[in-house]
Amino acid sequence: MVDEALKERDQSKSPTPTRTVYGWGWGRWAWRTLTSMRTAVILLALLALAAIPGSFLPQRNVATDPAAVPLFYRDHPTMAPWLDRLFLFDVYASPWFAAVYLLLLVSMTGCVLPRCAKLWQECRAEPTRAPTRLSRMDGHRELSVQSDRGSVLRRATEILSRRGYRVVQAPGEVRAEKGYVREVGNLMFHLSLLLLLVGMASGKLLGFEGRAALADGDTFTNVESSYDEFSRSALTRVDELTPFSVTLDGLDAEFALSGARAGEPRKFDATVTYLQADGTEKSASIKPNQPLDIEGTKLFLTGHGYAPRVTVRDGTGEVVFAGPVIFLPIENNFTSDGVVKAPNAQPTQLGFEGLFLPTAPTNEGDRSQFPGLIAPRLDLTAYTGDLGMDRGAPQSVYAIKLDGMEEVAQKQMRVGDSLELPDGAGSITFDGVSRFANFQIAYDPGKEISLVAAIFLMIGLTTSLLIRRRRVWVRATDSGPTVTVEIAGQSLTRRDLPPADLVRLERELLSLNESLERTPS
Amino acid sequence: MTWARLSDDLVVATMMILALAFCLYAVSMAQRTTRQRGVAKEPVTTPAAASSAAGDALEHPPEVGAPWSERTARIASVMVVMGLVLNAAAVLARGIAAERAPWGNMYEFAIVGSTAILGAYVAGLSRYPLHRLGIWVIGLVLVTLGSAVTVLYTPVDALIPVLDSYWLAIHVGAAIVSGGAFTVAAVTSAVQLFRPGRHPERDEMLERVSYGLIVFAFPVWTFAVIAGAVWAEAAWGRYWGWDPKETWAFITWVFYAAYLHAQSTAGWKGKRAAWFSIAGYIAFLFNFIGVNMWVGGLHSYAGV
Ligand code: HEM
Repeated sequence: MVDEALKERDQSKSPTPTRTVYGWGWGRWAWRTLTSMRTAVILLALLALAAIPGSFLPQRNVATDPAAVPLFYRDHPTMAPWLDRLFLFDVYASPWFAAVYLLLLVSMTGCVLPRCAKLWQECRAEPTRAPTRLSRMDGHRELSVQSDRGSVLRRATEILSRRGYRVVQAPGEVRAEKGYVREVGNLMFHLSLLLLLVGMASGKLLGFEGRAALADGDTFTNVESSYDEFSRSALTRVDELTPFSVTLDGLDAEFALSGARAGEPRKFDATVTYLQADGTEKSASIKPNQPLDIEGTKLFLTGHGYAPRVTVRDGTGEVVFAGPVIFLPIENNFTSDGVVKAPNAQPTQLGFEGLFLPTAPTNEGDRSQFPGLIAPRLDLTAYTGDLGMDRGAPQSVYAIKLDGMEEVAQKQMRVGDSLELPDGAGSITFDGVSRFANFQIAYDPGKEISLVAAIFLMIGLTTSLLIRRRRVWVRATDSGPTVTVEIAGQSLTRRDLPPADLVRLERELLSLNESLERTPS
Repeated sequence: MTWARLSDDLVVATMMILALAFCLYAVSMAQRTTRQRGVAKEPVTTPAAASSAAGDALEHPPEVGAPWSERTARIASVMVVMGLVLNAAAVLARGIAAERAPWGNMYEFAIVGSTAILGAYVAGLSRYPLHRLGIWVIGLVLVTLGSAVTVLYTPVDALIPVLDSYWLAIHVGAAIVSGGAFTVAAVTSAVQLFRPGRHPERDEMLERVSYGLIVFAFPVWTFAVIAGAVWAEAAWGRYWGWDPKETWAFITWVFYAAYLHAQSTAGWKGKRAAWFSIAGYIAFLFNFIGVNMWVGGLHSYAGV
């Protein structure tokens, strides 16, 4: 029975085109094949498989670590360009991935919209006639009632309408159907997938994502040039970023001090003051799971670290750099590396490469023992020469170009220590340690659309899986003084017919007998 | 005794009673085999005999005046229900000890996960003669709990800040509930696929169980993924970023969607569809185990 029902709904019978029909015939065949259920299954399987490589290879624009792809290039110099040609570092933005999901969505629309039309017709047409042999249908039962056919059928109509069935009473039988909402749910579910795509696409096309690191006391202004990294699409309006500025007032980080998980972060909050275009100034606290929302642009705290404060003097005794320098953590205990550059130093430019350890080991080791600030140490290597900063290409603030420089000194420094460079080239003092916070800043104008799509998707899916579309027939035939009543149903879904309706129908029809006994006519 | 300690003891108690149930299921299977072969030998309880007998499960619908094998299996099932209660109590005690939803690390996933599997199994048991597959399901739960107490064990501790959110309870909770049902469905699909011979009646039953479980679990999983996206939006500023964990959640979802479609496709019902159930489950497991251990990504709470 179920199979019959399925066949009726299944459009996977894609007939091969007849040889006599050219042009349109092939087109129609292609369309029928594309929109068949079998194609849907194959495309779904393909989509799942196509998503796999991106989870193993580093991805551009999606990974947390922007250096992952360059690093992979360095480690696999021959293989990487080939993978790149196949878009394997951009799997989810690749043409072949797009091809699969677009085909799937086309197939789905082509499959589901005709069902929409069919549903409309079915809702307006009468429920189907009872099959000749009711005994072959689900939950078939037969009872005899001392009454006449008319009253039995009237009563059955009443009961079924009360239970929410669409009912028609025909000569000798009652036809009823229920659960059309299931199809509505199914449609809603599938169409909301399209809406979801619209939401995701508008976020990608109109929004942006960026990162900025701020040391204690630093101020960030929302313009593209303040970002350490900014990813935008062709349609992002870079000159129309929401105007605001944010100052990091303080950062509070705590770590588990003991136990098996010593060193795991326990608390991690940033206190900021932000200034909006209309001149209002407010303070706020940003924590993981608690971003700051400024007119739709959101700031998330994604990481933190240390920024040693140093003062650099040049050969003339002039201060050429002073303040915190952001050092990027390279492992969980916050051993961090960073550089200090003093391009204005006289007579020669100065550069320093450093390793910072918040909790230095008691020996000479160069790995921090704990993420908290217990025994900070700054290991510096000093260079003199040409930093190469005035030649063209912008440089990273986290690296020094060493080709024009000469190493002149090295020192492990504690807070307060100074390093005097040879030949009176200058000095550097380690004044103290500040913290910095890493912010992810995002603007996604499509996310409300996606949220609405997700809600529809959930409602549609639940409806389509929970509600069982089903038919019930009641046939009454005279047999002498009594009426023989047959009841049966059919489930139009893969799940069984819920027996409750048939049982109740039987019970209520049998009760006609009792009332008859009580009031003999 | 502290709540944490109580929870640990309850896990051990759960394992003991489940081990007993496992043995009884094995005995029941052996009884069934000997009876079928018409050999009135004493019950064979070696593991080898048990597994060779495994596939005979479900070939015969329960009979009136239940034979010994049925009775033994029923006793085992009662023990499983007790195991479920103990396991749930262990989870509860752990939650009280930690003062949060007790699913914040791999150890906790394992003990809540086994509760979910047992729950799905017991729920299925009330409608289908699933106890004939008990040995597989309970074996799986025992492996899960066994690895929980040996390699995954972590004392009660606070959460790392990124996980400290009520979304953890919602998102991971939903994922675990659907995981329980997916697991049992994977067992029924696997028996359907890997047990040789034609047993249309048995296959039909297995398929109905798998289908019923997946129809239940699929929307719950969908909800878990959506809740995860909402949480990701709140925590990282984007609701979907193709992080490995998100990617494998998506792969799982698509495989199960393919399963549901295959069930409605002429010629794909039955064994072909069952393959999708297995594929979906492998993706699901990989997400919980493989991604945590080997792939990494933003969801770096692996904290094994
Ligand atoms: C984008 C990916 C798709 C997803 C995630 C998806 C998901 C689902 C789900 C969860 C169901 C409910 C299953 C059930 O009622 O048993 C369903 C049903 C259905 N889907 Fe899809 N679907 C997708 C694409 C398609 C495509 C491409 C087609 C057509 C070619 C299609 C046609 C149908 C039909 C006809 C049903 C109703 C099946 C029935 O009545 O049992 N879907 N889909």
